[in-house]
Amino acid sequence: MRKKVIFPQIGLPYLLLLPQLAITSVFFFLPAGQAIWFSFLRQDAFGIRTEFVGFENFVELVQDPLYLESLWITLVFSFWVTALAMSVALGLAVLADRHIRGATAYKTLLIWPYAIAPAVAAVLWIFIFHPQVGLLGRFLNGIGVAWDYKLNGTQALITVVVASAWKQVSYNFLFFLAGLQSIPRSVLEAAAIDGASPARRFWTVVFPLLSPTTFFLLVINLTYAFFDTFGVIDALTKGGPAKATTTLIYRAYIDGRVNLDLGSSSAQSVVLMLAVIALTAVQFRFIERKVHY
Amino acid sequence: MHRRSLLAGAAFALAIGAAPASAQQRTEVTFWYGLGGALGERVQEQVERFNRSQDRYRVNATFRGSYVEVMTGAIAAWRAGNPPHIAQVFEVGTATMMAAGPAIKPVHELFREAGVEIDPKRYLAGVRGYYSDTQGRLVSMPHNSSSALMWVNLDAFEKAGITDIPRTWREVRAAAEKLKAANATPCVMTTTWPTWVLFEQQSAIHDVGLATRANGFEGLDTELQLTHPFFQKHIQFIADLHRDGLFRYGGRDNAAGNLFPSGECAIGFGSSAARAQIQRDAKFRWASVPLPYHDDVIQSPRNGVIGGASLWVLTARNRTPAEYAAVAAFFEFISRPEEDAWWHQVTGYVPLTKAAYEKSKAEGFYERNPGADAAIIQLSRAEPTPNSQGFRLGGMVEIRNIIQEELEKVFQGQQTVAQALEAANRRGNQVLRNFERANRS
Repeated sequence: MRKKVIFPQIGLPYLLLLPQLAITSVFFFLPAGQAIWFSFLRQDAFGIRTEFVGFENFVELVQDPLYLESLWITLVFSFWVTALAMSVALGLAVLADRHIRGATAYKTLLIWPYAIAPAVAAVLWIFIFHPQVGLLGRFLNGIGVAWDYKLNGTQALITVVVASAWKQVSYNFLFFLAGLQSIPRSVLEAAAIDGASPARRFWTVVFPLLSPTTFFLLVINLTYAFFDTFGVIDALTKGGPAKATTTLIYRAYIDGRVNLDLGSSSAQSVVLMLAVIALTAVQFRFIERKVHY
Repeated sequence: MHRRSLLAGAAFALAIGAAPASAQQRTEVTFWYGLGGALGERVQEQVERFNRSQDRYRVNATFRGSYVEVMTGAIAAWRAGNPPHIAQVFEVGTATMMAAGPAIKPVHELFREAGVEIDPKRYLAGVRGYYSDTQGRLVSMPHNSSSALMWVNLDAFEKAGITDIPRTWREVRAAAEKLKAANATPCVMTTTWPTWVLFEQQSAIHDVGLATRANGFEGLDTELQLTHPFFQKHIQFIADLHRDGLFRYGGRDNAAGNLFPSGECAIGFGSSAARAQIQRDAKFRWASVPLPYHDDVIQSPRNGVIGGASLWVLTARNRTPAEYAAVAAFFEFISRPEEDAWWHQVTGYVPLTKAAYEKSKAEGFYERNPGADAAIIQLSRAEPTPNSQGFRLGGMVEIRNIIQEELEKVFQGQQTVAQALEAANRRGNQVLRNFERANRS
C-alpha cells in the first residue's frame, strides 16, 4: 500500500530534494569520488609528483600479511564490542522496564555515556586501566596479575573492547527500552496466565518480539565498531602493542595522515566503503521485510 | 583572506576618520606550531616580542595541535593553495619536507632574497647539520632542538648506595642491579621515545650508521642497516635488562614521560626539553647527564643527534616579497643571541647559536642549573661524522613506529632480537623504497 503524492509540476520535487542532495554531494560523493581516484594513484605527500598505478595499491594491500592481520583483528574486535554492548544494554533495559522507584533518574544516568566524546571516554578508561595510575590496573598488579595493556596484546584488545562497548551501551539501551515498552502487555499477561515463568516469558515472547530492534542494533553496532571506534583506539593504545589493536579504520588513518601515503590510505578507504555499503544493503533487505513502520 | 583584511582595514580607517593607517599596513604572516602547554606560551611570548620590536611586520602564531597535525595540516593547506607562511615540522618530517621541491622555500634562499646576512656557522654544528642540504646551506630554520639525556633520581641512588653516576651501559646495569636489590623505586629504568633513544641516538654516539648513504643525506636510495651487529648487541642488552626486571617498557613515543618525574622509575632516558616538567614535578633530587655508551664498542663516544622541530617556509601562488621579508625578519629575530639564550633558558631546548650558549655561560646559568648543559655537551663533544649528523629518511615517522612495534614483540617474548631487527629492517626498507618511488623526480 504505497502512498503516492502527485506534484503538479516537475520542478518542485527536485527543488525540495536539492538541499539534501547538495549536502550529500559535498560531504559524501565528492570526497568519496576523490578517494576512489586517489586509490589508483601513487603520490608524494604534497601531491607534486603523481603516477597512475591502476590496482597496484589494492594488490599491495591484499598481499600485505599485516593488512590481513588487521582485518582479523577488526572482526574479533567488532564481534566482542557488539556482543558486549548489546547484551549489557539488553540486561539493563529489561531491568529498567520494570516498575521501579527512580526509574527516570536511572534511565537518564544510563544515557549519559553516549554524550561523552570518544577521546574523553578513553581518558576515563586510562584512569581505570593504566597499569600505574589506573584504579583497576593498580589493583590487578597489586594482587599479582601482570596487567600491562601497553605490552600485552590481549589485554590491550580487552581494554579497547570494553571502552568502545561502554560508549555504545547507552544507545542500545534506549532502543531496547523503547522496543520493550512497545510490546503489548496483553501478550505478556496471557503468557503469565498460561503459567510461563519470567525467564520463559522473556525468551519465548519478549525476545522474538524484540528481534527487529535487535537486528537494527546489530547492524548499527557493527558499523560503530568498524568505523567509529577510532578515537578510543587512538587515545588508549595507538594501535599497539605491536599491531594488536590496529583495526582497518585505524590503519587507514595512520597510513594516510601520519605516514602520508594517500594512495594506500585511499585504497583502504575504498575497501571500507564497500564494506559499509554491504552492511547497509543487508540492513535494508532484512529490515524492509521484518519491520512494520 | 587577504582581501578581507584589507577591507576591514579600510573600514577601520574610515571609521576613525583621517588617522594614518600605518598600523594597518603591517605585512601579516601566519605561523603554525605544535607545542602545547607551557612551551606554547613561550612561543607566543616570543612572537609578541617580535611584533612589538618593529612596526612593519606582524606574525600571527597559532597552535595547531600535535607535530603530526601541524605537518599534515600544512601539507593539506598547501595542496588547497592556502598554506601558512611558516610551519613548525618535527625532525623526522625533514626528509618529506626537503623532497617537497616547489612547496618550500629554502631558508638560505629566503635570506638571500630578503638581503638578510646570516652566517650558517653561527648555529651549533649538531643543529645546523640536521637541517642543511649537502652543500651545507640551511634549508629550514632551526627552532626547538633537544637531545636525549639520562635522568637519574639521586635519592634512589643514595638509598641503593650508588655514589657515581654511571657513564657506560655496563655501569648502568650494575647500578640497576643495586637499585633493584635495594628496592629503591618500584621501577628501575625506562625510556621515552624508544626508537629515538635506543636506536637513533645510540647509533650516532657509537658512530654506526642507522642507514646507508650517510643516513639518507646522500640520496633517496638509502637502506636501513638495523641488522648490524651493533644493534644486535645493544638491543639484546636492553632486552636482557627487561627480562631481568631492570627495564620497563613504558609505551611508544612520550607515553613513559611521567615515569621518571613521578618517582616511579629511578633512571629515565628522555628529551632534554623535559627539564621544565621534571623541575616542576619531581619531589626528589635529580641530575641529568649524557647518554651512556658501550665502552667495548667505542672509547670516546661521538656526538648525539638532535630531536625537536624546525621552521619551514611554505610557498603559495600569491606570496609577495614583503611576506617573505617578514618571515626572514622573524627568523633573524629569533636567532639573536639574547632571544636565543632566553628561549634556551626558559624551555630546556638547546641554544641554536654558539653565541647564546656563550651568553648563558657568562650569565652563570649552568652554575645555577647544573646539568642544563648536558645536552649541549653531548651534541658538540665531537665533530659530526656521516653517521652522527642526523637522519634524512623518508617516511621516518612510519619507520619509527615499525621499530617500536617490533621492539614490543621482543618485550612480549613473541620473537627474538634478531627476528625483530630483521623484520624492522625489511619493513622499514619497504617504506624507504615507496618514498623513493613517490619522490623520484
